Amino acid sequence: METKLIIILILMIAGAIHSLHARDLLSAIVSYGVVGYSLVVGFLLLKAPDLAIVQIVVETIALIIMVSVLIISTREDLAEKSTVKIKGQSYVNIRNLSFVFFALVTGVMLLYFFNIVTTGLPELGIHETRMATEYIANGVEGTGSINLVTAVVFDYRGYDTLGEATILFTAVMGILAILRLKTHKI
Amino acid sequence: MIPYMLCFVLFLVGLYGVLTRKNILKIIIGLCVMEYSLYLFLAMTGYIEGGAAPIIDPANRAGSVVDPLPQAIVLTAIVIGLATTALLLAIAIRLYKKYKTFDIDKINTLKG
Repeated sequence: METKLIIILILMIAGAIHSLHARDLLSAIVSYGVVGYSLVVGFLLLKAPDLAIVQIVVETIALIIMVSVLIISTREDLAEKSTVKIKGQSYVNIRNLSFVFFALVTGVMLLYFFNIVTTGLPELGIHETRMATEYIANGVEGTGSINLVTAVVFDYRGYDTLGEATILFTAVMGILAILRLKTHKI
Repeated sequence: MIPYMLCFVLFLVGLYGVLTRKNILKIIIGLCVMEYSLYLFLAMTGYIEGGAAPIIDPANRAGSVVDPLPQAIVLTAIVIGLATTALLLAIAIRLYKKYKTFDIDKINTLKG
């Protein structure tokens, strides 16, 4: 179980790194799809089928929107970028080495602080349900839903879902406002 | 502890992308990768070894189920993440229409 999760996470990290370093934007988006669909498998391993279903839908929509953003672009800027070369200067100089050094120090420091923060957490797979104990015991009779995630989202935390709907509405209004504007000549 | 660490490494990869990439689409991809690492981390904190998915058969209540509360919260976060990603991509479309590039170094005439 934990081994499978580690393999999925390594796949996600590899996909993310390739996505950030791909030369072609389309292959970057496809590698980003690898990250998202690996997350679906991770959710299934963690026994969260609702999250897996929602993540499949969300990832597909996000990929479609990203490709539709990409196909309005032309190849001009990419072609221009490939002609710009480093002017006879080697990558290995004292400035770049110091950047790499500071990046490594910052990364190790952040990992150290993450380790401090998560020492209170139990190991993966050992978890005491505190608030959810009552939900698990009485959720089916109390809400009439045999799916406890649905019971929490739509009944116990219904106001959260109302706020989520408000955020979605605001985001759609923002997208409409941004895409409807006519460009003004300055 | 290793899966938690790898989640944080994934977060750092996304942060690296946001900080160093010049292409606006890759910056958005970095933000999404950071979001994904958080979703997986939160889903992991509610996992119970040997537990079933939180769907209960009222006739047969044997066995434990995993914690449904982090899953419900991650469900909310996923949908909001899609909304913010779509908003960012709409801004990217507008920027491309105005400046004909995705390179944020060339989008440098943001004055009235």
